[in-house]
Amino acid sequence: MKKEEKTTTKISRRTFFRYTATIGAVAGMSTILPAYAFSNFKERDVLEPTGAENILDLTISEIPINIDGKKSKAIGINGKVPGPLIRLKEGEDVLLRVKNELDEDTSIHWHGIILPFQMDGVPGVSFDGIKPGETFEYKFPVIQNGTYWYHSHSKLQEQLGHFGPMIIEPKDNDPVEFDREYPVILSDWTFESPYDVIKKLKKMDGYYNFQKRTFGEFFKDVSEDGFSNAFKNYLAFGRMRMSATDLADVTGATYTYLMNGRGPESNWNALFKKGEKVRLRFINAAAGSTFDVRIPGLKMTVVQADGQNIEPVSIEEFRIGIAETYDVIVEPKEEKAFTIFAESIDRSGFARGTLAPGEGMAAAVPVLRPRPSRSMKDMGMKMDMGDMKMDGMKMDGMEKKDNAMEGMDHGNMEGMDHGNMDHNMMGMSGMSSEPVKHGPDRHGLGAAAIADYQFDRMDEPGIGLGNDGRKVLVYRDLKSLEPNVDKRKPEREVELHLTGNMERYMWSFDGKEFNEVDGPVEFGHKERIRLTLVNDTMMEHPIHLHGMWMEMENGNELYNPRKHTLLLQPAQRISALVTPNDKGRWAFHCHILYHMEMGMFRVVQVSDKNGGIY
Amino acid sequence: MKPLNNTIKQTQKNFRDNNMLKQNIRKIVMILLPILVLTGISVKAQIAPEFSNKILPDNETYFFFIADRLEYYSIEGLNPIIGDVQGYIGKDYNKFWFKAEGEALTAEKEGEMELQGLYSRPVATYFDVQVGLRYDVAYNSVSSNSRGFAVLGMQGLAPYLFEVDGSIQLSEDGDLSGSFEGELDLLVTQRLIIQPRLTTSVAVQKVEEFGVGSGLNNIQLGLRLRYEIKREFAPYVGISWNRKLSETADLAKLEGADISVFGVVAGVRLWY
Repeated sequence: MKKEEKTTTKISRRTFFRYTATIGAVAGMSTILPAYAFSNFKERDVLEPTGAENILDLTISEIPINIDGKKSKAIGINGKVPGPLIRLKEGEDVLLRVKNELDEDTSIHWHGIILPFQMDGVPGVSFDGIKPGETFEYKFPVIQNGTYWYHSHSKLQEQLGHFGPMIIEPKDNDPVEFDREYPVILSDWTFESPYDVIKKLKKMDGYYNFQKRTFGEFFKDVSEDGFSNAFKNYLAFGRMRMSATDLADVTGATYTYLMNGRGPESNWNALFKKGEKVRLRFINAAAGSTFDVRIPGLKMTVVQADGQNIEPVSIEEFRIGIAETYDVIVEPKEEKAFTIFAESIDRSGFARGTLAPGEGMAAAVPVLRPRPSRSMKDMGMKMDMGDMKMDGMKMDGMEKKDNAMEGMDHGNMEGMDHGNMDHNMMGMSGMSSEPVKHGPDRHGLGAAAIADYQFDRMDEPGIGLGNDGRKVLVYRDLKSLEPNVDKRKPEREVELHLTGNMERYMWSFDGKEFNEVDGPVEFGHKERIRLTLVNDTMMEHPIHLHGMWMEMENGNELYNPRKHTLLLQPAQRISALVTPNDKGRWAFHCHILYHMEMGMFRVVQVSDKNGGIY
Repeated sequence: MKPLNNTIKQTQKNFRDNNMLKQNIRKIVMILLPILVLTGISVKAQIAPEFSNKILPDNETYFFFIADRLEYYSIEGLNPIIGDVQGYIGKDYNKFWFKAEGEALTAEKEGEMELQGLYSRPVATYFDVQVGLRYDVAYNSVSSNSRGFAVLGMQGLAPYLFEVDGSIQLSEDGDLSGSFEGELDLLVTQRLIIQPRLTTSVAVQKVEEFGVGSGLNNIQLGLRLRYEIKREFAPYVGISWNRKLSETADLAKLEGADISVFGVVAGVRLWY
């Protein structure tokens, strides 16, 4: 399979967005949805740069929207939420003009794009932001390809719909074969003001959690695990003043989860013809939601992660952290509808769409799985055999075995190349790899807890996944299709700890909110750095580094995947090799919007030997 | 462009040889090229703002107000209305914290009230130290009495998720006393919550006009069942038992008051 993909020279993709149905077929649909929100979006609905200068115009303004029949106000790009699909070509210089028609400052950050830092779009870091009425000209050469996205980096505008997809076509032939493609943008919407959401979280951290542990659950756990185990578990969380149900700060209690801007009721449709290879470009553009994605009845082949081609991995489900992207290929062999199902990590809701041979079709929508509970391991505690029986740990052990076995069963033998064997081997060794002990610095009161033991977790699909027989993507599976360019060993290691105090709703790195640090994190220009991230909290955090790739060290050496966003599980320790090829100041932060705004943010400064950043 | 043309013309005159002319133009181009390139990449050469750590709303001022108990206490003959509110205005590390607790009898004109203004600062992950002033008033139909205190307290979340608040007070007359309050939320369902509550106070000196004896003053146990219609709004019912102890109990007996009261409470918990 891999060989075939690599040696394919001709693009077999027949059409792009050329479908037989007409817009009229979806009568009554809101016009503020971008065209790709309809199954039949046309070439003219894709924004491509035009003219000798490759100009593309975007206008940011407040617009009315309609989510599953309920009206609200959003921030749209060219009058759409999500914004238009921007399609660029690798190798061209583009001029993207962004006009601000809001009555507050705005900005656009091109997520995952390698460009001069003044074009990166972070107010206060790379430029001054776009004032009301002003137009900012983003001008940069496009030197990469793949699935990306763009979004506001101002205040909480992202929560209000200020984001959109961006696809960059490769200069050379696409190693990925497909007949048609769709961006699938997952997001979350609240009818509350996001500024109120922040106030509520600040005053009562569990405000949106309506899945806390109750007496009823305690008795259920007693009956399942025995009184002693259940009681010990509840006591352990109580002693730590932690909530075992702390999975998402903002939940389905206020969120409606959207797929391409449409609520579950409005059922986004994607069309296919039997036998076609359909490329779904998943983008998690949510402000606060991690999604678990599956298409019951279809296997998915992951071909790209964070815009970078990887060796194809056949899976049935994957977790997508905020700001991550995954491209998958599906090949429906039957003329029937399939549900694209994206559950929020806490199972408080879902986004949903339908992949079908015809308009307006729907398939069964799965029921939400039960909300999982945090384990001792998530609290950074090393388990002895006694504890193994408790809660998630037993499952962690099990799921690894399951995954390995599934991999054997599902991956056809031809597809079993060295890479895949390595994955499984690595998986095994990963299991026995010793956790790293936390240092003496407990990061002050900005960190409610630290992970005494930090785990590799590269073979774990994450909480609530992998224990129901499905083959779930794990970080170990990501193996770059092309080798990384910089073959040097790291000269220097930079370690940052993800910290937070849920009770006080403070979020930080190394216990310090951004307002508490005096200067940037210093990277040398072209220096080879090992960036180590440790999650001292009990929640998942998608950590995004602007302006340079993180070659995640998952045991694939030269083929370590290049990522712009790393989703760290609780008590996980991840390292990535970084070569800062572009000087300047770059934002580095948690992509949970509310965590970033609360201070889980740093500026990375890449300067030459003389300290210059230009 | 004009000066450039002139320069070229002049050089043309000065040099007979074509080759030399070419060389010279090359020189000029070499000089001009960096200038042209610089204009060409002017966008790239934009100056970014200086480093600042003030670009996020991560150090904002918040206002919080909670009426933990606004209730009617059904005890024979007295039937007081009780209010227990507190809140803050401030940032993560510096807050002004206010607390007010009062009790007024509905049957007759009698009541007491406790007001506190405190500076609150986190000293541990889950705990704030609070220092400030407290002012107590007690009144009835014939007279009123008041006294001020300096307060040093700790408030926060104890292991096993107990919300606790303990303080020591030094009155203007030099009397030392302490008080403690603890409560716990137990979830029956996501919105139906049982809250056991314990308060107690202790005094070093006897202060007769406030009915305070030395030693342990009292213990109050409550159990409230609230229903969070919204997180911010929860009506409740419950029971409350209040027992005066040791010397304080003796003083109460002398005044002919009950040393132990037990009754049903009904009220509402709300916050903003």
